[in-house]
Amino acid sequence: METFLSGLQILAQWEVFVALAIGSIGGVIIGALPGVGPAVAIAILLPATFAFEPIVGLTLLLGIYGSSMYGGAIPAILINTPGTPVNALTTYDGYPMTKRKEGHRALSLAYSASFFGGIFSVVCLIVLSPLLALIAPHFGSREIFLAAFMGILLVVVAHRGQTFAAGMLACFGIFLNTVGLEPVKYTKRFTFDQSWLSSGFDLIVVVLGLFALSQAFLLLIEKDHAPGEAHVQGNMLSGMKELLGMKRIATVSSSLGVLMGMIPGVGEFTAQFLSYTYAQKTSKTPDTFGNGSPEGLVASEAANNAVPGAAMIPLLALGIPGEALTAMMLSVFYVHNVIPGPQLFETQLDFVMALYLSLMLLNVIVLVFLLFSTNLLLKIIQIPTRFLGMMILTLSFIGVYSLRNSITDCAIAAGFGVFGLILKRLNLPIVPIILGMVLGGIMEVKLRAAMAAVKTPIDFISRPIAAIIFVMIIGILVLHIRTLIREQKAKRKPDPVGPDYEHSSQQG
Amino acid sequence: MTRIKYFQELFQRYRRPGDLVFAVVFLLFALFLLSQLGEQTKWVKRTKWYGQPSLWPSIAVWGMAVFGAFHLLGSMVSPRIPGRLKEVVFWLQSLEYVLYFLAYVAIVPLCGYLPSTILFALYLTLRAGFRRPQHLALASLFATCVALIFRGFLQVKIPAGEIYQHLPDALRSFALTYL
Repeated sequence: METFLSGLQILAQWEVFVALAIGSIGGVIIGALPGVGPAVAIAILLPATFAFEPIVGLTLLLGIYGSSMYGGAIPAILINTPGTPVNALTTYDGYPMTKRKEGHRALSLAYSASFFGGIFSVVCLIVLSPLLALIAPHFGSREIFLAAFMGILLVVVAHRGQTFAAGMLACFGIFLNTVGLEPVKYTKRFTFDQSWLSSGFDLIVVVLGLFALSQAFLLLIEKDHAPGEAHVQGNMLSGMKELLGMKRIATVSSSLGVLMGMIPGVGEFTAQFLSYTYAQKTSKTPDTFGNGSPEGLVASEAANNAVPGAAMIPLLALGIPGEALTAMMLSVFYVHNVIPGPQLFETQLDFVMALYLSLMLLNVIVLVFLLFSTNLLLKIIQIPTRFLGMMILTLSFIGVYSLRNSITDCAIAAGFGVFGLILKRLNLPIVPIILGMVLGGIMEVKLRAAMAAVKTPIDFISRPIAAIIFVMIIGILVLHIRTLIREQKAKRKPDPVGPDYEHSSQQG
Repeated sequence: MTRIKYFQELFQRYRRPGDLVFAVVFLLFALFLLSQLGEQTKWVKRTKWYGQPSLWPSIAVWGMAVFGAFHLLGSMVSPRIPGRLKEVVFWLQSLEYVLYFLAYVAIVPLCGYLPSTILFALYLTLRAGFRRPQHLALASLFATCVALIFRGFLQVKIPAGEIYQHLPDALRSFALTYL
């Protein structure tokens, strides 16, 4: 209780509330704009938040992260265009409902399910906090190394049908992190005697290039395709009542969202896939799934909105980001010398609690905002995409240039922008590069620290948590191989990752 | 024959136009890095394997090469969708915007953030095909807001333009701080 009150005290600053409001409302708008997405917005705003206090900067970014999926549901349901890739599954049932003139019902159900998922995950976090505070200190170097390795492994195997591409891009990310002057033995690695390579590749520069600049280039080159007009009428709270009739699906989906969010490298897509499959298999009307099933819509929206809260667990407790957005947030911690990890739970549990509470608040702010502004958002999203490209490119400059006022950084970011554009066009995943960069660095440091205390290889997994993670890693590998063999035996190829956004492998 | 078919099916995947080009270039890049491993990283004496500076670059580059080779193999045995050249041209088109972006980066320290941003936004708007006065006005308004919010209000680190030195005294210090 004392921690809870202390957390509230941290939140009770006007700057935090302003950041939360801007982040939440901005996040909804960004999420509703097809072609922007939270990753682009967070990448652009990241350097600007370095000037703020950590709690202010983080609430702003958390606001964008947690609210973008609410906004993304609007175009997904009304015009069959997901605002963020995560909302792609929402189109399956949301748009057919709109075609049946049930757009208002679908939207209000989506908001209610998202709200339920968001609040459910925060409650889980608050309940789990004492347990996490108990477990986190038992994570030493070898456990964190193994957890980071599991994150890389999961991000690779989670890209079904693109495992090799995800593997090579994750390794590319690890490679990028090694370039420059190595800090222990002070040797140069892959600098080719170029001074601009000596300091290595900055994560933010790479992130801005891969997410923001690439998106700007893509929008500016592609044909203009602004979403069409749409309008919706009625009370948006009516979905809450209907959601009560689907408590089981909402709860299971949110739980799956929390579980998948907690595991590094997995995220929204897997959570949605599992919850949607569960909802379909347990439904009395499985045939309606994909043709406007309210249950399908609830499963998809509750699961994806439960992920952001849960994704904070590995970040805060272990310092391991599970996906690109939390990887970006990690840099906010580092800039302020707040090192996320086991110590954070021991020494600054009130700070962690303040973050949880801000997540809860943002869900309330977003719901209230959406009750009154859905039609306004439908007008905003009609911005022509090429104009949007101009806006993103202009804003990206601030993100890159304000870091060190370096033209070299801008040139590197532009290079990664072109690389990101190619990956997006080929529908190859970008997230493994970012996770490779972040987790590669963690693995290098932690392996060095862990091995100093290890005499035999078996010592590495002699502690209970290390042994559990090791068994999980073996389990993931065995399961992956078993799935591949089964697919081959059944002469069933993995789901092809097609050109449609329904199969997009781009996150964020 | 059955074995070859089975082998093909094992690696088949969906492949977009340009996939093969990317797979080849990526593998060549990985092989180039692999060839430079000895030159560009050091194996330090009296240091255990886990502390070697070359350990992680080696893991990364070997990983890139092995996965890259399998990715290329997958690309070669998967059904091709025509349009490779068109796709590569699309990639190259982005270089035009890279040039504009770098030109913008270069003129900011000279012309100042606000004027450069307005110019950049207007030029890109015109280049994107928006010629109507409303669009140009909106682009100017957007650029002005961005400059004022980020440099004026949030005081984001962007150098003042050299051109501001030539402004009248009363305006100069304001421009140097906020615009």
